Amino acid sequence: MGIIVNANTRAIVQGITGTQGRFHTKLMLNYGTNIVAGVTPGRGGMKIHSIPVYDTVKEAAQRHEANASIIFVPAPFAEEATFEALDANIRTIVIITEHIPIRDSIQIMAHAKDNKAIIIGPNTPGIITPGECKLGIMPAQIFHQGTVGIASRSGTLTYEIADGLTKNGLGQSTCLGLGGDPIVGLNFVEALKMFEKDRKTKAIALIGEIGGNAEEQAAEYIANKKPAKKIVAYVAGRTAPPGKRMGHAGAIVLGKSGTAEHKIRAFENVGVKVARKPCDIAKILAKDF
Amino acid sequence: MKLFEYEAKEILKQYEIPIPRGELATSPDQARDVSNRLSAPFVIKAQVLVAGRGKAGGIEFAETPDDVKAVSARMLNIEIKSLKVNAVWIEERLKIKKELYFGITIDRSKRSYIAIASFAGGVNIEEVATKTPAQINKMIIDPALGFRNYHARQMAREIGYSGKAMLTLSQMFRKLFQIAMAYDAELIEMNPIVETIDGEFVAVDARLIIDDNALYRHPQYKKRLLLENKTELTATEIRAKKAGLAYVQLDGDIGIMGNGAGLVMATLDAVHLHRGKPANFFDVGGGASESQIVSALDILLSDPRTSVVLVNILGGITRCDYVAKGILKAMEKCDSKKPLVIRLVGTNEEEGRRILTETGIHVLDNMDKAAKRAVDISLGR
Repeated sequence: MGIIVNANTRAIVQGITGTQGRFHTKLMLNYGTNIVAGVTPGRGGMKIHSIPVYDTVKEAAQRHEANASIIFVPAPFAEEATFEALDANIRTIVIITEHIPIRDSIQIMAHAKDNKAIIIGPNTPGIITPGECKLGIMPAQIFHQGTVGIASRSGTLTYEIADGLTKNGLGQSTCLGLGGDPIVGLNFVEALKMFEKDRKTKAIALIGEIGGNAEEQAAEYIANKKPAKKIVAYVAGRTAPPGKRMGHAGAIVLGKSGTAEHKIRAFENVGVKVARKPCDIAKILAKDF
Repeated sequence: MKLFEYEAKEILKQYEIPIPRGELATSPDQARDVSNRLSAPFVIKAQVLVAGRGKAGGIEFAETPDDVKAVSARMLNIEIKSLKVNAVWIEERLKIKKELYFGITIDRSKRSYIAIASFAGGVNIEEVATKTPAQINKMIIDPALGFRNYHARQMAREIGYSGKAMLTLSQMFRKLFQIAMAYDAELIEMNPIVETIDGEFVAVDARLIIDDNALYRHPQYKKRLLLENKTELTATEIRAKKAGLAYVQLDGDIGIMGNGAGLVMATLDAVHLHRGKPANFFDVGGGASESQIVSALDILLSDPRTSVVLVNILGGITRCDYVAKGILKAMEKCDSKKPLVIRLVGTNEEEGRRILTETGIHVLDNMDKAAKRAVDISLGR
């Protein structure tokens, strides 16, 4: 079980012939992920680690009954790569690519919404359901099967926290990187809903950071729906400098949200325990298991 | 990337949005010459990339070209929020009836652009937004439709205009949206749009921030970003940017680097919890190469402000053995005696640890302990 990806996931890799695509295809195959095909326009007919490569997503998806895609193509081509996957009826798409322009990401998300597709990322380490499927670039050895669901806005910080959980005997049901960009697909609220429904997940860790208001929205959702599962949070950037001030319009849109303090208070106000250090997540959860 | 007011105004002008007549000057004499070509009275505006320059002495008025020269001489000699003023923009002062606001930015939670308009524009617009939110009109822009003429007309109506004035204003709004799309704006705003006593609408100040990730579509600005004195970045920040690294200067003495923005922020937080002061935020990113590690450490070790350097690496796609080799090379290169605290775990951890311990460098495996050690050294404990 777990959410979004599992043993039934049949994935294609877009950008499989690039350095990162090739390297991580190997690692995903080693993990046991069912990678059924790859796509690089102009490279159809090739094989990478015995996986057939196609020129178009349509061909790859049809011939191999793919139901997911992981995208490694460079930022200038990522928008179109995502559209191509959606057109080929793929409804779970992980976008690893970083530095995609916001204007492109906005179009990606709008088109995905029309097609009722799940987008993870961009700028994400991906998603892993330990023991079943890894659709991403995270170091597999850190993760172990278990009952904690993790949704995180940060890559390496997720590894830090998952590593701490594993070392304390707490495995994970699914670990989901939401992506570090201002515009991303899945957010905390949607991840929470999925983890709530998942029978394997007993507790949920939300790893946030400064910027945006995804944490505040998660807190609001928790206040309204009162999920039965235990939720713990961590927010990075308590002491980060105010950083890029987005002019007046940014302040008008966000109000006071965006600072770590505001997010931490939002969580605490609805009864979610917030860890002061990444290693405290495991301590807080260990008390209940 | 932030554009200067004069750069943003040049773009507005190309799109035929009315702006006050004005010119740029980089010396007091030039400022006087410029004002001779304009009509009095004048406004002198410091060209610096910070918000709130008006309240910091960056906007002044003058009646004669000689006054313009004197004011410019003063302004070109000061710093505004620690940024040197290299140029002033001289323009004709308008007779103001009303100040309006219009801007477009990103709404993360709606995953789209948002347009914002208000009849209470000017320097206090944020206060207006907090205290009297009803005076702020917002419209989420449907990505499939964009911001059409009828949307612009609706917004102009909502801030109280009708008939011909509504039409004129809506055309300005619509053009600003076109600029936002053409220039990949993260933020674009006209604040204020002045309604003059003659009933004209003029964009008196303009702000435009281009999405850094889209700079490859705007090569002219990408080039300008790395020119010294032409940016809000410090010399070290430019150096890091040229090496492809994300660096932000802070005012403490503990140099910090790590891989991944979240992990580095968590490291800063941990240092603070132990009562230390970070000198910087430094993210070498995922999959950092040996040479990137060398440049990053070189920057930190050669920074006279740092008393100790803390390296926090959790190797996923980053390989610990590459990091270890990079650390040794950097130490050789800078010949620095500064203490290093290294936390290194993840992919190829054993090899990385072996490389460092063989040369007598102690490696920690716990982030919190590493942060504490760095603070202890910094405080002389």
